Amino acid sequence: MSTLSDPPVESFRPSQLINDTRYRSYTFQVIALICLVGLFGYLLSNLFQNLADAGLNISYEFLAEPAGYDINQRLIEYQSQSTHLRASIVGVLNTLLVAVVGCVLATIIGVVVGVLRLSKNWLISKVMSIYVEIFRNVPVLIWILIVMAVFVAVLPQPRDFRGENAEASMFLDLFAFTGRGFNLPMPYFTAEWASGGTGWLVVIALIVAAIFGTRMIGTRATAQQEATGVRPKTWQFTLGIWVVPMLIAFVVMGLAWEIPELKGFNFKGGIFARNSFIALTLALSIYTAAFIAENVRAGILAISKGQTEAAASLGLRPRRIMNLVILPQALRVIIPPLISQYLNLTKNSSLAIAVGYMDLTGTLGGITLNQTGRAIECVLLLMLFYLTISLAISGIMNVYNNSVKLKER
Amino acid sequence: MKKTVILGALTVAGLTATAAAAATLDDVKARGKLNCGVTTGLVGFAAPDANGEWDGFDVGVCRAVAAAVLGDASAVEFVPTTGKTRFTALASGEIDMLARNTTWTFSRDVDLKFEFVGINYYDGQGFMVPKELGVSSAKELDGATVCIQTGTTTELNLADFFRANNISYEPVPIETNAEAQPLYLEGACDVYTTDASGLAATRAAFEDPSAHVVLPEIISKEPLGPLVRHGDHEWGDIVRWTLNALIAAEELGVTAANIGEMSGGTDNPEINRLLGSEGNLGEMLGLDADWAMKAISAGGNYAELFEANIGESTAIGLSRGLNAQWTDGGLLYSPPFR
Ligand SMILES: N[C@@H](CCC(=O)N[C@@H](CS)C(=O)NCC(=O)O)C(=O)O
Repeated sequence: MSTLSDPPVESFRPSQLINDTRYRSYTFQVIALICLVGLFGYLLSNLFQNLADAGLNISYEFLAEPAGYDINQRLIEYQSQSTHLRASIVGVLNTLLVAVVGCVLATIIGVVVGVLRLSKNWLISKVMSIYVEIFRNVPVLIWILIVMAVFVAVLPQPRDFRGENAEASMFLDLFAFTGRGFNLPMPYFTAEWASGGTGWLVVIALIVAAIFGTRMIGTRATAQQEATGVRPKTWQFTLGIWVVPMLIAFVVMGLAWEIPELKGFNFKGGIFARNSFIALTLALSIYTAAFIAENVRAGILAISKGQTEAAASLGLRPRRIMNLVILPQALRVIIPPLISQYLNLTKNSSLAIAVGYMDLTGTLGGITLNQTGRAIECVLLLMLFYLTISLAISGIMNVYNNSVKLKER
Repeated sequence: MKKTVILGALTVAGLTATAAAAATLDDVKARGKLNCGVTTGLVGFAAPDANGEWDGFDVGVCRAVAAAVLGDASAVEFVPTTGKTRFTALASGEIDMLARNTTWTFSRDVDLKFEFVGINYYDGQGFMVPKELGVSSAKELDGATVCIQTGTTTELNLADFFRANNISYEPVPIETNAEAQPLYLEGACDVYTTDASGLAATRAAFEDPSAHVVLPEIISKEPLGPLVRHGDHEWGDIVRWTLNALIAAEELGVTAANIGEMSGGTDNPEINRLLGSEGNLGEMLGLDADWAMKAISAGGNYAELFEANIGESTAIGLSRGLNAQWTDGGLLYSPPFR
């Protein structure tokens, strides 16, 4: 007879769900989940019930109806008989334009300010601190309104350019800066074959080629440096690669400039950057730049002083220390918060309507919503767009972040 | 502005499922206040005066309804709305009625599910330009920059007008009349367009009104009137007949001055029915017998409201025109009180 008893079989008793620490947390999580699903289900069914009671139904058919309103800034063909869908796309493109230009500007300003704030020059660093503090601590909507108000009030209007002894005149006879926006000369090609988009394709091709050329010169120079210890001077070749083909192309394609001209009520011709676009982009980028500057400063300060000293003892000059040693390491610290600043800027661009800039919130979430009364449909679409765009930005930036972050081997 | 849209959407999403047709009258009585949606500020139609008291032609309608329902013309909570927020505010129940230069259109009535109870001002869309531009017709506006309020019929009419005449323009969308004024005066827009009455009211507020002209073209019909939510017919009737009472009072010669005397009884049975000394019209509406008397006493009859707020003796200086009684060749025509 064996004295060995079987190990007690663990029988599961329901009370264990509460009393046994192994199961307890699961029990509560499941209960919470059921409640959450129930709550959302209740809200949704309520929504549909109320909509049905009010005789409304969720329908996106209005997107195919003519919009009936005009939009001032259109990056694609659009007129008032186009559909609401097209009006929304015009809005999407306007949003993206502000977001892209804003992010680029904010990064440039932010990096410069962040680096300068660490400057040993007392005046510069203090001025930069003041900039950061002022811009970070006043809501961005106020900045947008201020920039727009100053823009409209300070710059002359087209009417001031009229008449024999006009109060205002064009800058260098090429640029017109008015309260309605900036009219800038626009380059175009006169040669017949290049007058469409082809001319610009040629220019892009030349730029790509020049980038490759510069790279090749760089590798050559490095190879020679490794062989002989002396790095050859290359700037004249680089300059040549960039300038000479471009100049030849310009002459062959007959580069000319369309100069803005006061015709009737407004300046016509050239490139027109509307006041609302400039005010919005400028306000968003100087505001976001203040945050980016802080990220940059934090990133640089995160690199221990020993790195600078080590680099200095190798004989590197301060500028090279910054470019070769500090910044590449600081980037790893800077990029994650930078992503969220880009997201903020993009989302803040929905304040555009404050200055009458027709972004997606202005077209789909503004006029379309209002004229069709399809509030829920429009708001859902808006949420979907901002969600997609935000996820896309963080996706792209994460890929970049992974490529620069510390590789542990 | 964002807030109301979101609140509106939330209310529709509804934490509490309230039937849309719930009795607004009971709500108003229980609250002791009428929530009335008005403009954010358009002198003559609805704007706070120096003491912060709301005053104006549309405000007069709100006060008349409050007097009829609550017996107190000052029991009104004025809710400023923009062209964009007004309909969400009404649909979500934030306001009981809207009196904000709102054009009665098919889609607002049918698709947005509102009930326009009548017309208190027959209007049309016009254009205002600075005199120095030397423009004499809207057809000469090719290439002009035009300030417009978004969420209005104005922007739709404008698009149609310019397209039909094959001329181009640059729209500058703005939210409120107050935002439009500096843009227009500083020259950021060449033209300001809205309802002709609104243009007159806006121009009257300028430092030098004579430097601006309203162009002769009227490009649309803008019947402006108060509206309520679709579905609550009892409440709709109250607002409709309060407005009619003001119009009928003018036609019948009942004024704020003589109403006390007339309410005792006259030899005109319609006046007696209106003022409650005969018949039971008030009871049918679920109000006191003297509801119309209180409404008319609040700010006078239609003519008195008109003259005091926007008429020829005011800075706005609108003539009655289409808004005269039908007996004087105008369009105002109240159905009979019987
Ligand atoms: N009648 C048009 C336009 C109404 C409108 O926006 N009117 C302007 C000027 S007449 C106004 O009331 N503005 C006052 C404000 O901005 O609050 C409509 O119903 O869409």
